[in-house]
Amino acid sequence: MKCFSRYLPYLFRPPSTILSSTCHTEADIISTVEFNSSGELLATGDKGGRVVVFQREQESKSQPQRRGEYNVYSTFQSHEPEFDYLKSLEIEEKINKIKWLPQQNAAYFLLSTNDKTVKLWKISERDKRPEGYNLKDEDGRIRDPSTITSLRVPVLQPMDLMVEATARRVFSNAHTYHINSISVNSDLQTFISTDDLRVNLWNLEITDRSFNIVDIKPANMEDLTEVITSAEFHPQQCHTFAYSSSKGSIRLCDMRQAALCDRHCKYFEEPEDPSTRSFFSEIISSISDVKFSHNGRYLMTRDYLTVKVWDLQMENRPLETYQVHDYLRGKLCSLYENDCIFDKFECVWNGSDSVIMTGSYNNFFRMFDRNTKRDVTLEASRENSKPRAILKPRKVCVGGKRRKDEISVDSLDFSKKILHTTWHPHENIIAVAATNNLYIFQDKVN
Amino acid sequence: MINTMECAMDAQNLISISLMKIHNSRTQRGGIKLHKNLLVSYVLRNARQVYIKEKYAEIYRMQQYEEVMTVCNEIQELNPLDLDADDRGEEEHERASCCGEGTSVCGSACQRSAAQPAAHCRTASVLPGCSPLEDGGKEPEPSYYRSCCMETSPVSHCDQFPTNSTHCNKTTVLDLDTHIVTTVENGYLHQDCCCDASQCGQSAQSPAKKRKVEFGCCMSDAEEVSDFTAVRKRAKREDCTYSNLDYTDTSNISNLISIFGSGFSGLLSRQADLEHICSKQAPASLRAWTRAIVAF
Repeated sequence: MKCFSRYLPYLFRPPSTILSSTCHTEADIISTVEFNSSGELLATGDKGGRVVVFQREQESKSQPQRRGEYNVYSTFQSHEPEFDYLKSLEIEEKINKIKWLPQQNAAYFLLSTNDKTVKLWKISERDKRPEGYNLKDEDGRIRDPSTITSLRVPVLQPMDLMVEATARRVFSNAHTYHINSISVNSDLQTFISTDDLRVNLWNLEITDRSFNIVDIKPANMEDLTEVITSAEFHPQQCHTFAYSSSKGSIRLCDMRQAALCDRHCKYFEEPEDPSTRSFFSEIISSISDVKFSHNGRYLMTRDYLTVKVWDLQMENRPLETYQVHDYLRGKLCSLYENDCIFDKFECVWNGSDSVIMTGSYNNFFRMFDRNTKRDVTLEASRENSKPRAILKPRKVCVGGKRRKDEISVDSLDFSKKILHTTWHPHENIIAVAATNNLYIFQDKVN
Repeated sequence: MINTMECAMDAQNLISISLMKIHNSRTQRGGIKLHKNLLVSYVLRNARQVYIKEKYAEIYRMQQYEEVMTVCNEIQELNPLDLDADDRGEEEHERASCCGEGTSVCGSACQRSAAQPAAHCRTASVLPGCSPLEDGGKEPEPSYYRSCCMETSPVSHCDQFPTNSTHCNKTTVLDLDTHIVTTVENGYLHQDCCCDASQCGQSAQSPAKKRKVEFGCCMSDAEEVSDFTAVRKRAKREDCTYSNLDYTDTSNISNLISIFGSGFSGLLSRQADLEHICSKQAPASLRAWTRAIVAF
């Protein structure tokens, strides 16, 4: 396995004005991370509604050791806190999800969403500016036309690179409940936004209407038994999407079948093992993330204790199940009390769909090689991440005698959780969000 | 089935914690999270199921104990025909010790003279300080009812059918819970009407024999009896302690339950099949919780 323990990690610390590690506020907590389709850009969203975009440095012969470092490219305030006067509810500005659109011209486009509103942002560079206007001088002040005696043609002069982000579309007022995910279609014209009970289909050009394609709201809310937790378009089939539920099931829908996709064409669910039934069975079976593999043949789901890989052709049970932190099964009661049991961990595929990764507590994150069935636990921490250092595998001691480098379950820090991770689409570069710090690890360069 | 290791005490705590979470979600920034509250309501439902089952199990245990004591007393009272005076004294002593310490409703029965008619009540639980009849020598009323239960669950009591003679050879007791009529006649027990076919319709001797073996505390072996009574005493003490400490908690939880959902309304009344209750009420209660959440 291409184990990250053999390769160089390095710690990337964004500018302290944005993300401070020593004393951070809640607004600095990273709430989403996403590579774009080329891997050149990495976007993060935080609880304060800000988006920070990093760009990979071009390889430089003069400084080969700095190959591929990510630097801040653009920072902007995507969402502001709002107030719903009708319901007397505050709408959080926290960025729940960011999704990049594939690049079609010089500018970059991304979708960012909070609980209620999706926005399309254009990130573009400006390295030239026009100079020599006739009607205004260089300061921008309007000139008196009567003083103009000659005309000149403005010319573009080089300037310092400026990256500006502008909101090009605002998709609002379509969700009664909290948006948990967005997904761009492979047709590059539409996208879906999903809340607890509904999935809406939008056209990227049209903001004043959307189509509701899934609605699981019961006629009587007292009959509610499950909610939608995540949805994603198939990577190649523009008519297919999947959504996961709080009951641990996944439904695959085909938009060609009907306008309203309430009837699924495939239903993935694993029967519950009655021997493991507990007070918290419903909570730990709730799916927090669903991701199609890059090749479109598999689905990956994350619930509280496991990651499962499903074959789209097999609905009755997962193809593979990986235990992320099964030692927590005996601690569910206290995890319920401190609300950790409600944490929503994400999961990601690597570019070749051979390795999957997900986060855990104590700033640990886990990787599972699907071919060799080997797994590794790594830690994102400053102490363990000196530049050029190799990430050392970590181990949690579940009982018996604890070895020197092991950590016992009771010593785990549950306030340090890695919920959001992302993997470069082509290379072995990962970005891991640990509270308010962003760690970027990459393979050793040969 | 939920892991039995998670007893009623844990269920109570979980119910409290869950209700607090739902309450706190009202003031959370960003509004009520539907997903989280739905999951909390599932925990609440699961905890409630365990809690109710434990309570019913406790009630059932108490009822069984009361039945045992009833039969013991009945046999004792009719004993002049069957038992020696020595044995009688020994049994009365044992029964007194087992029902004593001022914590049992049956203490009064133990003190009663053998000739007096027996009337026993079945209670949901026993409160400490529920004192027995003070003078063992006094004649109790022909029919009396004592309730020491602290819960609102209906309490059955045994009616007494008339027998006025002090040397009666027939006593009939009707259990309103199970509708079993138990007749003791000339030292033999009959069950005139009962659910258990194996007990019904048998000859007079066999149920009596069955009872003899089963309710060994009233019978001959002193050592065996003392162990048995010691166990019973311990169980009763524990029950009383448990009941005493958790009285407030239980009543508070019951109050909270009635405030938050009508789905709980049928559960405190007795029904034959607890599983049936839980399965039927689960969606109803979930609805109630969702209603409560939506109302927020």
